[in-house]
Amino acid sequence: MARLEVLKTYKIYIGGAFPRTESGRYYTPKNTKGEALGNVCLSSRKDVRNAVVAARKAFGGWSERAAFNRGQILYRIGEMLEGRKAQFVEELQLQGATTAKAEKEVNAAIDRLVYYAGWCDKVSQVSGSVNPVASSHFNFSVNEPTGVVGILADQSTSLIGLVSQIAPVIAGGSTCVCIASEDLPLCAITFAEVLNSSDVPGGVVNILTGSPDEMMKPMATHMDVNAIVYAGKDATMLNSIQEFAVENLKRVRNYPQDWMDSGAQGLHYITDLMELKTTWHPIENIGGATSSY
Amino acid sequence: MNFTEAFLRSIPIFVGINYQSMAKKKGSATYSIPDFSQSPRIDKVGVEERVSRFQKRSIKNEAKMQGLRMALNMIDLTTLEGKDTPGKVKQMCFKAAHLHDVHPGLPTVAAVCVYPSMVATAKKEVEGTGIKVASVSTAFPSGQAPLEVKLIDTKFAVDAGADEIDMVISRGRFLSGEYNFVFDEIATIKEACGKARLKVILETGELVTLDNVRRASDIAMYAGADFIKTSTGKIQPAATMQVTYTMLEAIRDFKLKTGIQVGMKPAGGISNSKLALHNLVMVNEVLGSDWLSNEWFRFGASSLANDVLMQIMKLETGVYQSSDYFSID
Repeated sequence: MARLEVLKTYKIYIGGAFPRTESGRYYTPKNTKGEALGNVCLSSRKDVRNAVVAARKAFGGWSERAAFNRGQILYRIGEMLEGRKAQFVEELQLQGATTAKAEKEVNAAIDRLVYYAGWCDKVSQVSGSVNPVASSHFNFSVNEPTGVVGILADQSTSLIGLVSQIAPVIAGGSTCVCIASEDLPLCAITFAEVLNSSDVPGGVVNILTGSPDEMMKPMATHMDVNAIVYAGKDATMLNSIQEFAVENLKRVRNYPQDWMDSGAQGLHYITDLMELKTTWHPIENIGGATSSY
Repeated sequence: MNFTEAFLRSIPIFVGINYQSMAKKKGSATYSIPDFSQSPRIDKVGVEERVSRFQKRSIKNEAKMQGLRMALNMIDLTTLEGKDTPGKVKQMCFKAAHLHDVHPGLPTVAAVCVYPSMVATAKKEVEGTGIKVASVSTAFPSGQAPLEVKLIDTKFAVDAGADEIDMVISRGRFLSGEYNFVFDEIATIKEACGKARLKVILETGELVTLDNVRRASDIAMYAGADFIKTSTGKIQPAATMQVTYTMLEAIRDFKLKTGIQVGMKPAGGISNSKLALHNLVMVNEVLGSDWLSNEWFRFGASSLANDVLMQIMKLETGVYQSSDYFSID
């Protein structure tokens, strides 16, 4: 008897669990050959809401972890991704990539995770500073994670854009709600499964599938989202994100770059989503000696 | 002569005593006291089924706004911690009267709920706001103290100006089947309350079964409770909808039998607006709209108020809210 193949249900990722969308809706993206990729959740604004709640809940614990431990976890994500390379290659092929291109993309994603894993415990040394001031104060500036970051992932790639946008956010200690590529959503959910088995605490990364146009507004107006990352070139979209973001002065970052480019990584992707905090600490001035800071 | 003494003289104690001969007066109503060992048994599966239906209602827009404002006005804003100070209580009382001044026209909460030592402070702070002061008493939360101590505790709170007393029942005695002891204790405390309304905390998390919850509810109401309350908030699980439903049914049956209206206060674990709205739906459908005011229904909660406020602001502005912009109580 012929065996009936078991097809995977692509569900969204909120708070470390894989619920179906609250709205009960789904859509069926197709590849260029017209083949259905699967039934994928068409998330609603309420999923955004739930995801933000989960991200906020996870923020305290994640931001207080030792930077070194965050680095270990990011590296672990890379390890797990390496182990499931074949599955990602297959999904990328189904979504229209050639084998060579698919392998290249997965490798780039793994390397990017390892790259940001290395940055975790070095960000504050490199981006922080001790400042010279004209009074008897020890004055220093350090970057602190901004909070909950909304990510509108690159629409033109399935994996590398998503990974390149998530990794610097969590490396810096923020948590995120990520809206995946609408037409190429498969790798996003499989990546969520990788996250789920990589010691990433539930809620640190939340991934939704569906229409960015629909979910952009509730995310960009949400008072509990502290920053928005938009990886696209649509000026109208960027404009409305910026308008909505005014409500609670969210940071808005626009990254229209090609994520396969080896230059599409760097410290500034981490510090872009951090807040520089300067501390003035009074010091004693003994015997007329100045602080020499 | 108190109730137990009178009782002991007539019959020897054993579980399943016949209370039928006893009569109790409350206000103008006189009613006979049933045998509590014969309290109705509760069908747990049936309760769960019924409760799950209250949780599937869709309440939107204007109805939701009305429900949220009602819930806000039913909250007993509570602080019951070892680390409570007059400063903390003052801060909470201010919050009770000024929930979110950014949005004018909001109701206040119903009451603040504090330990007896903080009643005087709270009373002074809420003066002129219409907010009541409730005090826990009777060696809250365990209730493991002699009756004399419980009476002093209660009188202290009443003398300090408490409008409402939240007492705990002796769960150990209840579970040992000493229903008359529990009954008697509640009746005695009720007497000590004077004009203050008495809420009787059953601590359902320690009563184990819904049968026991029903029986304890009956005992409390027949002994003179003005309110029955689920939990202290110190034990999990607290106010589950199953438990609240069982108690609401007991209140309904008591009203039918005696004509006396008793209030309900679920406390502990109701931390979001959705749950609060589900509870209001349940009250309306089990008891009717007579109970839909803070005279007869309360939420004992500390974090519910902010969630309700955030929901109200969401409805007003259309934008999801952040706790960063709401006062910590």
